[in-house]
Amino acid sequence: MSNKYTPIIGLEIHIELNTKSKMFCQCPADYFGQEPNTHTCPVCLGMPGGLPVPNEEAIRRTILFGKAIGCKINKRFKFDRKHYFYPDLPKGYQISQYDEPIVGNGNLEVYVNGEKKSFAITRVHLEEDTGKLTHKGGESLIDYNRGGVPLMEIVTEPVFHTSEDVKAFLEELQLIARYLGIANADMEKGDMRLEPNISLQLTEKLPELPEYKVEVKNINSFKFAQKAIEYELKRQEEILERGEVPPQETRGWDANTKTTVPQRLKENANDYRYFPDADIPVFEYTDEQLQEIYDEGMVRLPHERIGTYVDEWGVKYVDAVTLVKSKDTAEYFEDLVSANKTAGLDLKPQQIAAALLNKKIKISDDPTKALKEFKESTAPVETDMDKLSSVVDTVLRENQKAVDDFKSGKNPNAIMYLMGQVMRAMKGQADANIVKRLLEERI
Amino acid sequence: MAEIYGKGIVALKQMLDNKEISPTELFQYFEKRADEHEGKIHSYITRASVDYNADRPTEGKLAGIPIAVKDIFCTKDLRTTAASKVLDEFIPKYESTATARLIAEGAWFTGKTNMDAWAHGASSETSAYGLTYNPWDLDRYPGGSSSGSASVVSAYVAPASIGTDTGGSIRHPASWCGILGLKPTHGRVSRYGVAAMGSSLDSPGPMGLYTEDLALLLEVMAGKDEYDATTSPSPVPNYTADMQTKRTFTLGIAKEYIDDATPDIQKRIMETVEILKKMGHTIKEVSLLDPKYAISAYTIINRAEVSSNLARLHGVRYSNPRNMFGEEAKRRSMLGAYALSHGYYDEYYKKAQKVRQLIKQSFADTFQSIDLILAPTAPVTALEVGSFEKYPFFGEMMDRLNEPASVAGIPAMSVPIGLDGDNLPVGMQIIGPALHESDLLNLSYQLEQETDFFGVIKQGLENWK
Ligand SMILES: [Zn+2]
Repeated sequence: MSNKYTPIIGLEIHIELNTKSKMFCQCPADYFGQEPNTHTCPVCLGMPGGLPVPNEEAIRRTILFGKAIGCKINKRFKFDRKHYFYPDLPKGYQISQYDEPIVGNGNLEVYVNGEKKSFAITRVHLEEDTGKLTHKGGESLIDYNRGGVPLMEIVTEPVFHTSEDVKAFLEELQLIARYLGIANADMEKGDMRLEPNISLQLTEKLPELPEYKVEVKNINSFKFAQKAIEYELKRQEEILERGEVPPQETRGWDANTKTTVPQRLKENANDYRYFPDADIPVFEYTDEQLQEIYDEGMVRLPHERIGTYVDEWGVKYVDAVTLVKSKDTAEYFEDLVSANKTAGLDLKPQQIAAALLNKKIKISDDPTKALKEFKESTAPVETDMDKLSSVVDTVLRENQKAVDDFKSGKNPNAIMYLMGQVMRAMKGQADANIVKRLLEERI
Repeated sequence: MAEIYGKGIVALKQMLDNKEISPTELFQYFEKRADEHEGKIHSYITRASVDYNADRPTEGKLAGIPIAVKDIFCTKDLRTTAASKVLDEFIPKYESTATARLIAEGAWFTGKTNMDAWAHGASSETSAYGLTYNPWDLDRYPGGSSSGSASVVSAYVAPASIGTDTGGSIRHPASWCGILGLKPTHGRVSRYGVAAMGSSLDSPGPMGLYTEDLALLLEVMAGKDEYDATTSPSPVPNYTADMQTKRTFTLGIAKEYIDDATPDIQKRIMETVEILKKMGHTIKEVSLLDPKYAISAYTIINRAEVSSNLARLHGVRYSNPRNMFGEEAKRRSMLGAYALSHGYYDEYYKKAQKVRQLIKQSFADTFQSIDLILAPTAPVTALEVGSFEKYPFFGEMMDRLNEPASVAGIPAMSVPIGLDGDNLPVGMQIIGPALHESDLLNLSYQLEQETDFFGVIKQGLENWK
C-alpha cells in the first residue's frame, strides 16, 4: 500500500468464558461437540417466566481480564436488554451491557516484532452468546446449547494501522485469557471471534477519521484475520482511487474465495431499543471486593515476563516471546533460572532458555537436576586429535557423494551428515566445532 | 360432616387434620360448585382434576387445600395460556416458584383462572377466553387483571386463590368482588415461572376471604429464590403469628387519593377511619405526590417492559404466531417499543425512571412519620359490562390509586369496608413500607375482628350459598 492512505482499524473481539455454567442459568456452558439442544432450560430457551440469574464467576473473570489488559474496572455496572428479532435469540433480546459495562477504558502494551506498542481499549462488557444456526438445504436448524454462554466483548479505539498489529494484539488477548485460565479463546472453535472495522484515510488528512467504515465478520483464525484485513484494505484503496467512497456496510470473510462479500443485515440492526434489564439488580462492588478478586486470580502476564527476561536476564527477545507462549513453559523457565542461582551453576539465562526451547531440558524434570545434567552434557569434550584425524579421513573417503554434493553447493547440509558420521565413529567423544573445522579444511 | 361452605383455608385445614373430610372429598366439593356456577361467573380457563393433583405431598401447611391459580403462573403439565391464543396449547414442563412452594406444602390446584390477556387490563375484557362476571352483579366486571382469581373466591367456587399485581391486578378485582387481596413488596414473592408483564412491577400474591388465609399463603410463597435475582434475602416473618398481637398504628390519609373516589367510597373510607380511631389508632393527614404522576411513570415503564417481555413469543418454538396477540397486547408492544426507540428514550423511559425515584422518595418521606397509608382501592365500584370500550386506558383509569404503590414497589392490600348505594363492595387499600406485609395483615386482622369487614364477606357468601 502506498503512503497516500493510512489504514484505520478498530476491533470488536468476542471471547467466550469457559465457566462451568451459562451466564444466566445453571445449564452447562460447554457446548462443543454436544448433542444439539441438550444443554437448555426454560431460562436459556426464553420460555414464559424464565428469569436470568447472573453468573458471578463470569463477572469475576471479566473483572480480572479487564484488569489484566490495563483497563479501569467500574465498581457499579448493570445489564441491559438489546432487542432484535432473530431465530438464534430466543427471548427476542440479548442480555448485554449498554452504558455501564464492567470494564472501562485503558491501554494494553503489546510487543510487535520486538517493538513495544500501546493500543487504546474502549471497554469490555459481558453478555450472553446466541444460539447456533445451521442452514441445510432449504432448512434452518437451531442449536441453543451455545445460547446463554458467557461472552466478553472487547471494543478498541480505531488505533490499529497494520494487520500485523491486529494479529499481535489478538494473540496477546488470547494469551492473557489463557494465562488467567478464564477462556480457551480458540478462534478455530469459535471461542474467540474478531470483527474489525476497517477504513482508509488520506494520510494528509490524519488524525481526522474517515467518513465510512466497513465491518468484517466470520473471521475464524489469526491467519484469516490478517488476510481479511489486507484484502479489505486493497479493495477499499481501489475504490478510493476511482474517486469513490466505499459504502458503510458489513461484509463477511469467505475463506474459500479469500475475499470479503457483502452480508445481509439483521432486521432493525440500527435500533436495539436498549434499556436496563429489571430482572437483574445493579451491581455495586467495593474496592475491597475488587482487590480480593485481583489477589485471588491475578497472575504475572506475558508482556511483564518478556520485560523481565529481556531487560533483566538478557534473554533474546524471540526466545522470550516463545517462552511466554505457554504459561507452564514460562513458569518452568523461571524455576530453572532461580534453581540456577540457588545451586550456583553459573549458567546464563539465555543458555537455559535455548536449552528449554530445544527440548534439551524437559518441563517435567526437577529444575536443579535438569540443570545439572544439562551443564554436564555441555562440558567441553576432550578430543583425541590423532584418532579424530584418521576418522575424518576415513569418513571423507567413504562418503564421496556427500563430499561432492557439498563441494558443488548442491547440498550445503551434506556437511551435517558427514559430521554425524564422524561423531558416530568417535562415539561422541569429540568437540563438534573441531570436527566441523577439520572437515571443512579437508574437503 | 361439618359445614364446608364459607370456610377459609385455615379452617378447612383443621377439618382435614381432624379427618372430618378427605382431600379428594374436599376437592370434589369445589368441583361440584364449579359445575354449578361456572356457567354464570366463568372464572376458569382450564380446570384441573383429582388425577392431576394425585401426587401432592400429604404433609404440609396446605396439604389437601384446594387453591385456584391465575393462568399466568406456569404450572407443570397443566395448560397455561396467560389468557392469550398465542399460548393456547402451551403446557409447561416446569413449575413457577410460587406454585412450586404451594405444591411443596401439599396444596391442590382447582384450575387456572381467567384474566386479562398477559394481565393487560382491569376487567377480563382482553382475555381471549371470554369475560368473567362479578358474583355481586353478573352484569358487571369483576375487575382485573386477576379477574377469575377474585370471582372464584367471591362465589366460593374456590376457598382461596393466587394472582399477580403489576398495577393493581390483585387489589382491584379483590375490591370489586368484595374479598381480600395482597400485593406484596416487589421481590418478596419470586416471579420465576410467571409470564412477565412489567418485570420491575410484577408481584405475585394471595387472595381470599380471611386475613389468616392470606397470611398463610404469603408465608408459603415468599422468600429468596435462587431462580429470581430480584427476590429479597430478608427472612420471611411468621405472618400468622405476627398478626395475632394487636398493634396500634399511626395511619396516614392522603387527600390526593381520597378526592379521586366517588362520594360513596369516600364516605365508607371516612367511616372506617372513625372506627380505627376508636380502636386506638392515630390518624394523620399526609400529602403524597399526585397519583397522576405515578400513572404517567407507570404507563411508560410498563409499556416498555411489556414490549420487551412479549418479544419472546415469536412463534419460533413453542408459541403460536404473533398475529394471534390481541389488540391490547399489540397496542402496548407498539407504545413500549416507541418509548424505547432511539431519540425517544430520554424523553420517555428515562424521565419515567426519574419520576419513579421521586415517587419512591415521596413514600419513604411519608413513612417517616406514619406506619401505614389508607386509601380507596379503586375510584369507582364495579362497572357494568360494556363500559370498557369508553376508555382507551381503562386499566390505568381503574388502577390510578393502585399504581403509586406498584411504581414504588411497596406492599399494598385491599380489604372490604362496606357496600355502596348500588350494593357493590367498596375496597380500602392499606399501603406500607417495603417488606412490612406483617403490618398490613395486622391491621387487616384487627378490622376483621372488630367489624367483620362490615359484613361484606358474610353477605357475599350469603349471595352464593
Ligand atoms: Zn439454561
